[in-house]
Amino acid sequence: MAERGTHAFAAGEPRGTRPRRALSGRNIMIYGALGVMALYYLLPLYVMIVTSLKGMPEIRLGNIFAPPVEITFQPWVKAWSEACTGLNCDGLSRGFWNSVRITVPSVVLSIIIASVNGYALANWRFKGANAFFTILIFGAFIPYQVMLYPLVILLREMGIYGTLWGLVMVHTIFGMPILTLLFRNYFSAIPEELFKAARVDGAGFWGIYFRIMLPMSLPIFVVALILQITGIWNDFLFGVVYTKPDLYPMTVQLNNIVNSVQGVKEYNVNMAATLLTGLVPLAVYFVSGKLFVRGIAAGAVKG
Amino acid sequence: MGNSIEVKDLTLNFGSISVLKNMNLDVAEGEFVVLLGPSGCGKSTLLNCLAGLLDITDGQIWIKGKNVTWAEPSERGIGMVFQSYALYPQMTVRGNLSFGLKNARVPQAEIDKRIARAAEILQIQPLLDRKPAALSGGQRQRVAIGRALVRDVDVFLFDEPLSNLDAKLRSELRVEIKRLHNQLGNTMVYVTHDQIEALTLADRIAVMKGGVIQQLAAPLEIYNRPSNLFVAGFIGSPSMNLLKGRTVEGGRAFQFGATKIDLAGYDGGAVLERDQAILGVRPEHITVSKTPLSGPSIPAEVEIDEHLGADSLLWLKAEGVNLSVRVPVEGRLPPGTKVHLGLDIPKASLFDAKTEQRI
Repeated sequence: MAERGTHAFAAGEPRGTRPRRALSGRNIMIYGALGVMALYYLLPLYVMIVTSLKGMPEIRLGNIFAPPVEITFQPWVKAWSEACTGLNCDGLSRGFWNSVRITVPSVVLSIIIASVNGYALANWRFKGANAFFTILIFGAFIPYQVMLYPLVILLREMGIYGTLWGLVMVHTIFGMPILTLLFRNYFSAIPEELFKAARVDGAGFWGIYFRIMLPMSLPIFVVALILQITGIWNDFLFGVVYTKPDLYPMTVQLNNIVNSVQGVKEYNVNMAATLLTGLVPLAVYFVSGKLFVRGIAAGAVKG
Repeated sequence: MGNSIEVKDLTLNFGSISVLKNMNLDVAEGEFVVLLGPSGCGKSTLLNCLAGLLDITDGQIWIKGKNVTWAEPSERGIGMVFQSYALYPQMTVRGNLSFGLKNARVPQAEIDKRIARAAEILQIQPLLDRKPAALSGGQRQRVAIGRALVRDVDVFLFDEPLSNLDAKLRSELRVEIKRLHNQLGNTMVYVTHDQIEALTLADRIAVMKGGVIQQLAAPLEIYNRPSNLFVAGFIGSPSMNLLKGRTVEGGRAFQFGATKIDLAGYDGGAVLERDQAILGVRPEHITVSKTPLSGPSIPAEVEIDEHLGADSLLWLKAEGVNLSVRVPVEGRLPPGTKVHLGLDIPKASLFDAKTEQRI
């Protein structure tokens, strides 16, 4: 080969720079920093887990970073089924089941309604659709505290104040703006011609929703599911305002256990209770995170 | 033969914007009409109105003798093919073809029969159990045409069906659509911005601009006798040469710069004397000669010559105006050559510069 340009390359010599070695100073810095950050954020979790596995005498020694000498699951049992809040002494379990009974219908209801809303707003441009959408989105910016009392009155007048369904309704309503926005944007991104083709093929509002749109929308449903389950499970404010002690969700129950003023502070039980409460959102992230990625890959909307 | 589609005084406004203005269009049974125009001219909008995908503001749409102005798309007896194919990605080809029939509660045996027939016509039998994602662009568009075919309708609507395909596939499918039309004899309305597609496919072309049909005529008529300046400039590549001047001698001649061109044999209305007129001549209707012609000829200079394979294009400058002339390959001339141009007046078009209409 003749010389090309100003550089001469010996035959067979590769061009460009060789990829850097894995253990370069730069990489050590990056991974070192990442490691330190990870440790920093994992430390509280470590303390919680360790503390929850210790007995009270061991905790009183004050070495919060020390691993438990004698591992005990008693605090977990107590947090789940024996810890007292007020007159009830059945631990978090009651709150757990309340939370399940609140979360499941709220999530299902809000996602069903919001997805149909979003679909209608994206594809069936009815008169006033934009105004409707603007008002709905505006709802997302109003602080919850402003609505608390009016909603109490509203629920009272409807006769569902302090009931489970009252709270479900509140969660459904408050999930509406952001979920509708989510679904509307997703459905808007689906090519309009697909929708037109389905109309020419004689599919109606529900036919297109169920048979064309839904099968293409798994990813956005998973996103909505994550948002709603974690949001509603972690909710404290609405739970404490709109329900009665019998129906308190897990978060409220947790607060009542941890903040009870009489008796000794049982740190191990508190830690166990907190971990138990956080378990559900954590599990949702782990399980659906994977599903989420798979959903995006399988969706392959591009026809 | 009656009319398959009748559009009567159709008007469509989006808010205060008028998209289609008082439009009338009759399409005969079995006719292939192409709606042609630049983007934003309302051609796709008109097609969507025919399909019932857009609610019109005023007017009526009749298909097959029925007033379908407010009928649902599926009740109009139309099949539609889209630019992006619009196949349902989660269904197999078979599922795509049968979706509309199932919605219409056609019995399964009949569905199978129609799918088999459509698959045979379009040669997509081996693809029936594949998902759209596993098909090439050309195959997808075949399936999309098949979806219109199985509906067993009288009217096919095509919305730029070939625009997403590469040049080779485009010409192949173009021929195939033409063949399909010959074979089935359906009425077809076809939207495109590609004039080659329009000229090759259409029985009649409707050239549109600004929501108004500028000219509705057979392809050759549109090409040879454009009704106004817009149509003249839009059809043909390179476009028609437009010479600005005026008509003199009671309309018997056209004054272009220093040259007086005899208009004898002009195929049109009364020319009269107009102080602002435009003479339009297609590149292939100009002869180039190195020696002065017998009649009046326009002196010009070659600026660029372009190879097109079968023939060549000369770009010339005459009286400060750029002109293009199509010449045979052996007629090529190097840039800078001084030449004389002769115009084929019987094939030229004369426009009034003020009204922009053909005289």
